[in-house]
Amino acid sequence: MTTLLEPALATGSLLRLATAGSVDDGKSTLVGRLLHDLRVVMPDQLAAVERVSRERGLAAPDLALLTDGLRAEREQGITIDVAYRYFATPKRRFILADTPGHVQYTRNMVTGASTAQLAVILVDARHGVVEQTRRHAAVAALLRVPQIVLLVNKMDLVGFDKNVYAEISADFERYLERLGVDDPVSIPISALRGDNVVEPSAAMDWYQGPTLLRHLEEVPPAPDPAEQRARFPVQYVIRVGEHDYRGYAGQLVSGVLRPGDDVVVLPSNRRSTIAGIDIAGRPVNEAFAPQSVTLRLADDLDVARGELIATAGSAPEPTRELTATVCHLAERTLRAGDRVLLRHTTRTVQAIVTELVHTLDVTTLETGAGPEALHVNDIARIRLRTAEPIAADDYAVNRHTGSFVLIDPSIGDTLTAGLIGGRP
Amino acid sequence: MSTLTRPHELSHLGVLEAEAVHIFREAVAEFERPVLLFSGGKDSIVMLHLASRAFAPAPIPFPVLHVDTGHNFPEVLTYRDLAVKRAGVRLLVAGVQQYIDEGRLHERADGTRNPLQTVPLLDAIRDNRFDVVFGGGRRDEEKARAKERVFSLRDEFGQWDPRRQRPELWSLYNGRHRPGEHVRVFPLSNWTELDVWQYIDQEPIILPSIYFAHRREVFRRGGMWLAPGAWGGPRDGEPVEIRSVRYRTVGDMSCTGAVDSTARTVPEVIAEIAASTLTERGASRADDRMSEAAMEDRKREGYF
Repeated sequence: MTTLLEPALATGSLLRLATAGSVDDGKSTLVGRLLHDLRVVMPDQLAAVERVSRERGLAAPDLALLTDGLRAEREQGITIDVAYRYFATPKRRFILADTPGHVQYTRNMVTGASTAQLAVILVDARHGVVEQTRRHAAVAALLRVPQIVLLVNKMDLVGFDKNVYAEISADFERYLERLGVDDPVSIPISALRGDNVVEPSAAMDWYQGPTLLRHLEEVPPAPDPAEQRARFPVQYVIRVGEHDYRGYAGQLVSGVLRPGDDVVVLPSNRRSTIAGIDIAGRPVNEAFAPQSVTLRLADDLDVARGELIATAGSAPEPTRELTATVCHLAERTLRAGDRVLLRHTTRTVQAIVTELVHTLDVTTLETGAGPEALHVNDIARIRLRTAEPIAADDYAVNRHTGSFVLIDPSIGDTLTAGLIGGRP
Repeated sequence: MSTLTRPHELSHLGVLEAEAVHIFREAVAEFERPVLLFSGGKDSIVMLHLASRAFAPAPIPFPVLHVDTGHNFPEVLTYRDLAVKRAGVRLLVAGVQQYIDEGRLHERADGTRNPLQTVPLLDAIRDNRFDVVFGGGRRDEEKARAKERVFSLRDEFGQWDPRRQRPELWSLYNGRHRPGEHVRVFPLSNWTELDVWQYIDQEPIILPSIYFAHRREVFRRGGMWLAPGAWGGPRDGEPVEIRSVRYRTVGDMSCTGAVDSTARTVPEVIAEIAASTLTERGASRADDRMSEAAMEDRKREGYF
């Protein structure tokens, strides 16, 4: 192990990951183990956990208390919501979206997976790949999480048997292949004992691959911006004086832009050239995702919030008809004919749900008939018509310009998460 | 030292900064009357710095609000006035003392004024019709905060209802609210204490002097080093001694403890934090130790 001072002084990259698992597969123990072995959990937190565990008459400290943050959760012994954890090694910083396994797990996992570059899925070595494992893997694949890692946990309870691990990981690979995911990584671990989590396992010398932490440190980060098409949703117009300065503020969600690049503004389809790029008011030679910058254009176009600036020649075709795979998030149902607000990048437009095409059973990957209504946690294909054109990419190509949420226009609640295009 | 391998790869601080700037701009674009909570603490100082970067070369397009408990460290008040002047923003002050003088709030038996900030804060939000309030809260601070959204809806009583939180996906923040409601926005949600200090080290940011080791009269109460002052400490049997200390957080003098320290520079502070065995709030905030769910309760009531 490296010393504690190193991560503090290093400037590493950032990896966002999401964990998923069902109730008894040891997810809380794993997260507790990672935080504990990396010294994220301080003695004062551990002392509080030990005290509460003792008060409840538990024999050992319940590490789930570290992560169950809300009073209602502690009182009921359940996890309500996605919680975010932070840990670091000399190579990387990690943001872990810890998604609960039981209550509303599809909704929570969709939320956690939406920003994740890597999904960790746990199975109990005694039970192998079960329905929930398939569901978690399907959600991760649907949300296009670039990397999926299977942890075969509780290896200590199957005598660290190589064949048990080999069978489970082959089973999992076959299922992921059906989901269109290649080369998943699987690691045999014991979260309870710490085998192959941070330290390599002495009990499983037949396993030659990396520990979980080593894998998290070495997995390639987000796609290289140089290989992506540039997409820049305009957030805000920065003006100084009447004519002194007009810049379009936003975050480059993909690709690279340089002064002199020919660009197109969508959906109005106007062309211009990038005159300059500023970060914090100072000019730079180039910008790349995910930097927040300000673009100045050569022409006097008066671009507004909600428009998309893209490299000319590789820009999406604006459309008012969308087909999408959605996950319904709210208790309020969604039906054909419903009027909603559609939030896509920095643009909010009115939309009508024109058709609920079919539901998708993410466990069997079978499609059902067109439903009457979508209920919370349902995954389905739907069609929408928008009042204004949207400059969207396929979600498979771009997670930022390919995603949207639907909002209830009366109370403002977020209803549905949508992934544009994809398989019919 | 850097472990980055590609030409187009941002460091973790670069990613966090880009995200925070994006959040500031989203809120300013979507709302009409923003305000930034500014205490003179390091998180709010970093927030002010990020806001100036987000809108440069234009000035920061919103005022800052300080909820003054009346028991602030004098060094921090001096710093506050200077920082606000330098950033060119308007400062509003909501004073707990004024509420006590007028009989609208009553001093607590323990002398702690942090819980008393909620009423002046909510009144200031209502009177100024602020619809979005930027706060420096971080998810790594506390278990209840770990589940808070970046855009967090509050009702007209300023209350946070964890069960009514909106799912927050990708970087699509939903700030829709009804009249009387407002939204708290937390651009530093994904930063850790260490990230904040590293960012301070990287950027030209100056902190109030009490963040660095200095010799000060302190006394022991509730396992913390508190500074004597007009707020009411020490009591009989609480001997005062002079120690080399610094503050990890800046709040009300009655409940903000100093830690023993010899760190006089930002890198020395970073080294101390990395080796620390106590959480930031556990070490220096009595108000969070009152009950297991102390932070959650205060958030429900409309605290920051």
